[in-house]
Amino acid sequence: MSAQMLRVTEIEALSPLVKRFRFEHPHGAKLPLFSGGAHVVVEMPDGDMLRRNAYSLISDPQDGSGYEIAVRREDGGRGGSRFMHACVRQGDMLRISTPLNLFSLDMRARKHVLIAGGIGITPIIAQMQQLLRMQGRFEIHYAARSRREAAGLRLLPDLPHIHAHISDEGRRMDLGAILDRQPIGTHVYTCGPEGLIASVAQCTERLGWPKGSLHSEVFLAPPPGRAFEVTLARSGRTITVGPHQSLLEALEEAQVEIDWSCRGGACGRCETEVVSCHGRIEHHDHWLSEDEHSSQTRIMPCVSRFRGRELILNR
Amino acid sequence: MTIQFNDETFRDDYSYHNSAEAIRRFPFPFDKDDYMYAVNMEPHAGGREGSPFENRFDVDEHYVAEMRDREITLNEDPLRCQSLPHMELAGWDLLELIMECKAEDYPELFSLHRDGDRWHWINRPLGIDHKFTFLDPTTLPYGPMEYITRQAQGDFALLDQREGNLWMEAGMVTSQADWSLDFDIGMNFFEWHAPVPKAHEMGIFQRALKFLLAIQQGAPSRRLNWTMTVNPRLDTSPENYHKWGPEKRTLTPENVGEKQFLRVELQTFFRLPRSNGLAFPIRCYLISLQDLVTVPKWGRRLHRVIRDLPDELAEYKGFAVNRQLIIDYLAQFDDGKPTSPGIFPDE
Amino acid sequence: MPATKFTPSITSRPVYDGLTPHGAVPALMLANGPGGEALLELIKTDPTIPGHAHVIYIPEGCGFGKTLESKGFASYFEAASYASVLPRFRKLLAEAGMNTRLYLAGTEGLIGQATSEALEAGMLPEAIDAEHRGSLARRMQCVHCKGITENVTTDPFTCSHCGLSLFVRDHYSHRHAAFQGVCVDAETPGEIPPRQEIKA
Repeated sequence: MSAQMLRVTEIEALSPLVKRFRFEHPHGAKLPLFSGGAHVVVEMPDGDMLRRNAYSLISDPQDGSGYEIAVRREDGGRGGSRFMHACVRQGDMLRISTPLNLFSLDMRARKHVLIAGGIGITPIIAQMQQLLRMQGRFEIHYAARSRREAAGLRLLPDLPHIHAHISDEGRRMDLGAILDRQPIGTHVYTCGPEGLIASVAQCTERLGWPKGSLHSEVFLAPPPGRAFEVTLARSGRTITVGPHQSLLEALEEAQVEIDWSCRGGACGRCETEVVSCHGRIEHHDHWLSEDEHSSQTRIMPCVSRFRGRELILNR
Repeated sequence: MTIQFNDETFRDDYSYHNSAEAIRRFPFPFDKDDYMYAVNMEPHAGGREGSPFENRFDVDEHYVAEMRDREITLNEDPLRCQSLPHMELAGWDLLELIMECKAEDYPELFSLHRDGDRWHWINRPLGIDHKFTFLDPTTLPYGPMEYITRQAQGDFALLDQREGNLWMEAGMVTSQADWSLDFDIGMNFFEWHAPVPKAHEMGIFQRALKFLLAIQQGAPSRRLNWTMTVNPRLDTSPENYHKWGPEKRTLTPENVGEKQFLRVELQTFFRLPRSNGLAFPIRCYLISLQDLVTVPKWGRRLHRVIRDLPDELAEYKGFAVNRQLIIDYLAQFDDGKPTSPGIFPDE
Repeated sequence: MPATKFTPSITSRPVYDGLTPHGAVPALMLANGPGGEALLELIKTDPTIPGHAHVIYIPEGCGFGKTLESKGFASYFEAASYASVLPRFRKLLAEAGMNTRLYLAGTEGLIGQATSEALEAGMLPEAIDAEHRGSLARRMQCVHCKGITENVTTDPFTCSHCGLSLFVRDHYSHRHAAFQGVCVDAETPGEIPPRQEIKA
């Protein structure tokens, strides 16, 4: 995964829990452009640990002068967002990957309906900028608990087809009303909690929409769990994955060469063959098929874990 | 480095020829003495100096003549260049990629000056000096993909990525090994490869697709493909099959070395930034058997590959009817000695 | 006439999985000839369908029109040909919603052309049900002159535009709604193999 060192040039609080960060090249060089919905992976050297978290880009995809992300502090998380909030200062240098898009717009669509819940607004912001520039037809529906917490409000222009649904003001998002009677050729993009994505899927199924019109992105942080051991077939070594560590991070710590990119179970880059498995793989990814999950012959080390006697990987 | 551009033709009198230097740098596609399909991808991140792998878009002595041949083909059949409406942004991505790469890799031949969206492009070999506005198609004489691919060797396909698949939805195709853009445009990866024998059963396309979907910006990949063509003809299209087909039956033991060409495609794959599409340039290189056998390793190896190839592949690649003639000719250059690994000539 | 069973072929060759009911969503139905019977069988499995279905039927000499007309469809229209009904079909597609289902039944030429129109209008393939009934004739694009020859029943056949003898490939383009026809005597002009009937 290619990456470069960029300087933090702006930090701004968008809400009590969300900060916006801007990165620029230290010598002002142009950064690779991207498409709406793309993310970058930010490397965070936290003591002797190297964390890598993926964040959606919220800046204009056509503007190579800098990258911007918005980070919500997750106090119950594994520490990446706390590091960004507490330790990163303006002027710091951080390693940022080349943008990658697993949530791109379908450019054939007659109309785009963009639905975001909470911090899920971030990829939608860049998609919106792309649609504005290309004069695509779209509407945005952004749901947040309260106006104070709704960081996205600072990033969305005041346009008639951009709607905020603030639940503590009694304006909860009504998916049925949004999705009913959309014209042929509509595509729907949802980003937010798994519950929101599931609700959009249920609602469109009830309305009789084809599944192919649905697009979604859940950013999975690697879930914590019990520590487990893994044996590496090529070297015969056995390594331990800590409770707050992902298998991918443990492999990296053990200097095992492994390709990766989204670190969230979606891109398929770190897919690893299982040589033998006595126990149960806890699959958390969106990449492998159901058959591949149940056969326990493949694993996505970025998000999946293991419980049982022995797991041997072809690494 | 200065390139002497050949004055040559790819039709009628077929005056196409390779200089000694062009023979030496030919992208010979076989790294061992037999051939079967494989997902033979490698990073397209430079290569041996002087080889066609060194630069992202190789420019060689055939450049000017190939562009002239493309113009003739397009005049006869404008449908060789098509782009579905949603692919225009990918076309601009491709234009930027080619202009940037050529200006960086061949500064004495090409230059690009940018002032915001105001661009100034100079192509010295073709005598083009053009100012235009990036992303404004009304400032170009053709759509962005057609404009730049009239100035770049090889065929080009632009692939849209969606639903976990790749869709061929734009292209400039005038030097193809017998497939029709007009017919295949709009198809997904499995559909446009449907006529290829064996490879589906081998799972080749499943694996290749997974690889291609994951290609990232700034990290292009490449592979080589090959077939055989009688006469140095770029336009071996199905559209004109009834025109070039009869030439396939003109081979004799006396002329096979001169008229039979090995046709190699250097296929590269680039992730495009704004559209998230994939650019798929397919660069064609032609070498006559008599030129090829001047490299002893290649003569030995090609003989063994063609001799031992499964019949279905020879049939699909369209040279089954001439296969024995080719084998008999090449046999003279195969003394049975072992060959060294890799594709390059022995020093 | 039952639904046609085709021999498995290459991946670009379309397969027709038959018509199945999809509940109380708006439906567009288009059928020709024996395809009318497929619509009748469909509504037998779910009698609530006609209430929200608009039907276009091209009889081509088949007698299913009277029965179809009596089934109480939201609208029923009998057309002389696909070409004559195309403007009406396009308008219905343009006004369709995201939950509209398209049911196609009849020959490959009709299914293919209607599918191509629907995809162009923004419909997704999974919203389209198709069942093949009737003639095995194919719609062929001549790769040389680009002309379409309708109702091709033999391989090889003569291009109705440029007159070349073409062999019938299974390679299929959704955009053209046609199979590919390629010159059969390109390498050896005049050597044309005997004609054979196209099989399923």
